[in-house]
Amino acid sequence: MNDDKPHTHAMNFSALARTQDKVAEETAITVDDLNLYYGESQALSSVSLKIPKNQVTAFIGPSGCGKSTLLRCFNRMNDLVDSCRITGRIILDDKNIFEDDVNVALLRRRVGMVFQKPNPFPKSTYENVAYGLRIMGVNDRKVLDEAVEKALRGAALWDEVKDRLQESGMSLSGGQQQRLVIARAIALEPEVLLLDEPTSALDPISSAKLEGLVEQMKTKYTIIIVTHNMQQAARVSDYTAYMYLGNLIEFGDTNNVFTNPKRQETEDYITGRFG
Amino acid sequence: MRKWIKSGEPWIWMTAGAVALSLIAVYAVVWMTAVQGMGHWWPKPLVETTIKAPDGTTQRLVGELRENEEISLQRLRDSGYQIESDDKFTLRYLFKQGNRDVYGVDFKWIPAPLLSEFTYPKDMISIERHEWGSFFGRLMSVKENGNVVAEGDAAWPELLVRLERANRLFDEILRIEKNDIGKINYRLERLRLHQRKLELKGHLTKEAQEEIAQEKRIYDGQFAKLQQRLDELREQNRRDSLTAVVQDGQLIEIPFSKIADVIQPNNMGVFQKIAHYLKKLYEFIVDDPREANTEGGIFPAIFGTVTMVLLMSVMVTPLGIMAAVYMREYAKQGLMIRIIRISVNNLAGVPSIVYGVFGLGFFVYFLGGNIDALFFPEASPAPVFGSPGILWSALTLALLTLPVVIVATEEGLSRVPRTIREGSLALGATKAETLWRTVLPIASPAMMTGLILAVARAAGEVAPLMLVGVVKLAPSLPLDGNYPFLHLEQKFMHLGFHIYDVGFQSPNVEAARPLVYATSLLLVIIIIVLNLFAIRLRNRMREKMRGLEGV
Repeated sequence: MNDDKPHTHAMNFSALARTQDKVAEETAITVDDLNLYYGESQALSSVSLKIPKNQVTAFIGPSGCGKSTLLRCFNRMNDLVDSCRITGRIILDDKNIFEDDVNVALLRRRVGMVFQKPNPFPKSTYENVAYGLRIMGVNDRKVLDEAVEKALRGAALWDEVKDRLQESGMSLSGGQQQRLVIARAIALEPEVLLLDEPTSALDPISSAKLEGLVEQMKTKYTIIIVTHNMQQAARVSDYTAYMYLGNLIEFGDTNNVFTNPKRQETEDYITGRFG
Repeated sequence: MRKWIKSGEPWIWMTAGAVALSLIAVYAVVWMTAVQGMGHWWPKPLVETTIKAPDGTTQRLVGELRENEEISLQRLRDSGYQIESDDKFTLRYLFKQGNRDVYGVDFKWIPAPLLSEFTYPKDMISIERHEWGSFFGRLMSVKENGNVVAEGDAAWPELLVRLERANRLFDEILRIEKNDIGKINYRLERLRLHQRKLELKGHLTKEAQEEIAQEKRIYDGQFAKLQQRLDELREQNRRDSLTAVVQDGQLIEIPFSKIADVIQPNNMGVFQKIAHYLKKLYEFIVDDPREANTEGGIFPAIFGTVTMVLLMSVMVTPLGIMAAVYMREYAKQGLMIRIIRISVNNLAGVPSIVYGVFGLGFFVYFLGGNIDALFFPEASPAPVFGSPGILWSALTLALLTLPVVIVATEEGLSRVPRTIREGSLALGATKAETLWRTVLPIASPAMMTGLILAVARAAGEVAPLMLVGVVKLAPSLPLDGNYPFLHLEQKFMHLGFHIYDVGFQSPNVEAARPLVYATSLLLVIIIIVLNLFAIRLRNRMREKMRGLEGV
């Protein structure tokens, strides 16, 4: 969508990410005093943070801490829950996504999402990847062919499936399915990619592949990943947010959060004394 | 024993027993109808024997032996037979003596002690006639224009040759009567309606009148030509006849134009019998019924049943699916939708005759009556849609099977995984797009299940149809070569009703009984075929969804 953006600039930064001070980095999403309620119970309490552009941000925390709920705010998936009520703002490109005039379908094309369990549609691999484009009204075979190949290459799946694009996407292995789902999301060339525990249903080898893919993809997309696996967060992310009971406890450079946490709760969780 | 009960084994036996019982029941139904019905066309030997009359004289009897049963002699004596015997029980035989035109009845129970020995003369002939049922007798001669052309042994080969000619002529007469004349009658009727329409609107000008009269003259001309051709054919067909002696020695003359088929059942080999059997079976499936449905075929009933079921499927499927989609996908789940769901489920339990009454009152009288008043004033006072017909039957059954389709579709929709819906929404699809592109295709096997159940129920339903469109004999098929081809307002024949009619309303119960079984078997087979077709379709849909949990 926004192909004219200077990725190279961000890439230089990420190469130096672990050692350099990153205050100067561009912000992709600003969360401002976000409160979320399911009926009477509050799931998120006044969360505020800035997600940096073209970096990997990990949300960690014990089950039920609200990290997935927060993630699902970015593409307004919580709209599907009738009892859900939100106050506060999430700003993407100077625009609060909760405003009434925001086209949710468009927002979701810009903010792609990958779920915990691979959920390919019962269609061919090709049609799975082309799904979003077809919804946008793209039906030109040539355009679709190109986009599908590009997306599958982007998800490091092309070489494995290029000879069986017309076979059902459900016949792929779990790891391939998860990369297929990623290809499906990046076929729309989103700005942000939300990954909700993407490796929790995968075996270690597939997980490792996926982590490598995340590392590659951040040159093009801003990535937010929710994970239960702290080693994974430490490996793949540049920034880490620790959440507990709907509160954002600590947010900062992954190295700092893991080696030198500012808050006692974070340290307890990371060292395994809790959670 | 206690231990055995505790082990849970009795429970396994009970469940397995239930399965075995159901299986036996299903096979018993098919087996019994097949055995009772399928033997009907097998050529049965013609028995010649004598009956002792009460006054000591004997009567000759020629006929097919159909059945025998044991009966107490006391009962026979009570009903007037004089039988000397010390036994308590004896047999009695059911003979079909045919020749209904000569004797009035064609089936007769006769006690065994009154009968002499059975013989099976090879020269006995059995004639299947277009009217009056079977004829049994001994062939004497073949005549042309009243003059004998062959006698004795030479008569049989001569008969076969001339019969072929007679059948050809008969088929041609039938074709002209049914197709050509039927078509002209249909056009004349449309012309009359056209004229009446113009008259009612006040547009019946001189020119229009002239035009109509001209067209009518053309049709009348065609009709006269056909009539002439028919007369010629009939005249030709009157040429030949045969004479035969029946059991009591009377000489009977039968014109060839009345004969459908002749066999010498005692002189046939197994292969000849098989060929005859297959021919009769084929005729049963493709011919029109004769003789108050007790003879001939049942094609119109097969055709009517299938057409009606297809029409019903076309109506009930979209309606049921849309209702289910609203209830499951769009409506706010609450008390209201629960009440609606319970109501829909209960609709499935309403006795079918109630639907028939509703169909008659609402569809036929109210809807049909108003359609007639609005669109077909020229046909008045004859109703078009205002009388029972295949459209109203299909609609009534669609209503009857609607709950089945709704429940099955809802079930299917509820089993579509949430993750799949979210996956689609997350790609920027709207709810409607998600529904069309993903949810409905995934739920399609469940919809097919609903349709399968609906078809099975509708094809076997008779009671409501008697009120809204089924008749015992329909003059024409609901689908034919006359524009607009599908005649939705027409009455039709139905296998289920045909079974009832032949079995219980027939003047000749003994003759009809095998047909009841054969028709039942055919109905079962048609339902099975329709189901298999739908099941195949569903399996192919399922194949595409493989790997998706819970579907």
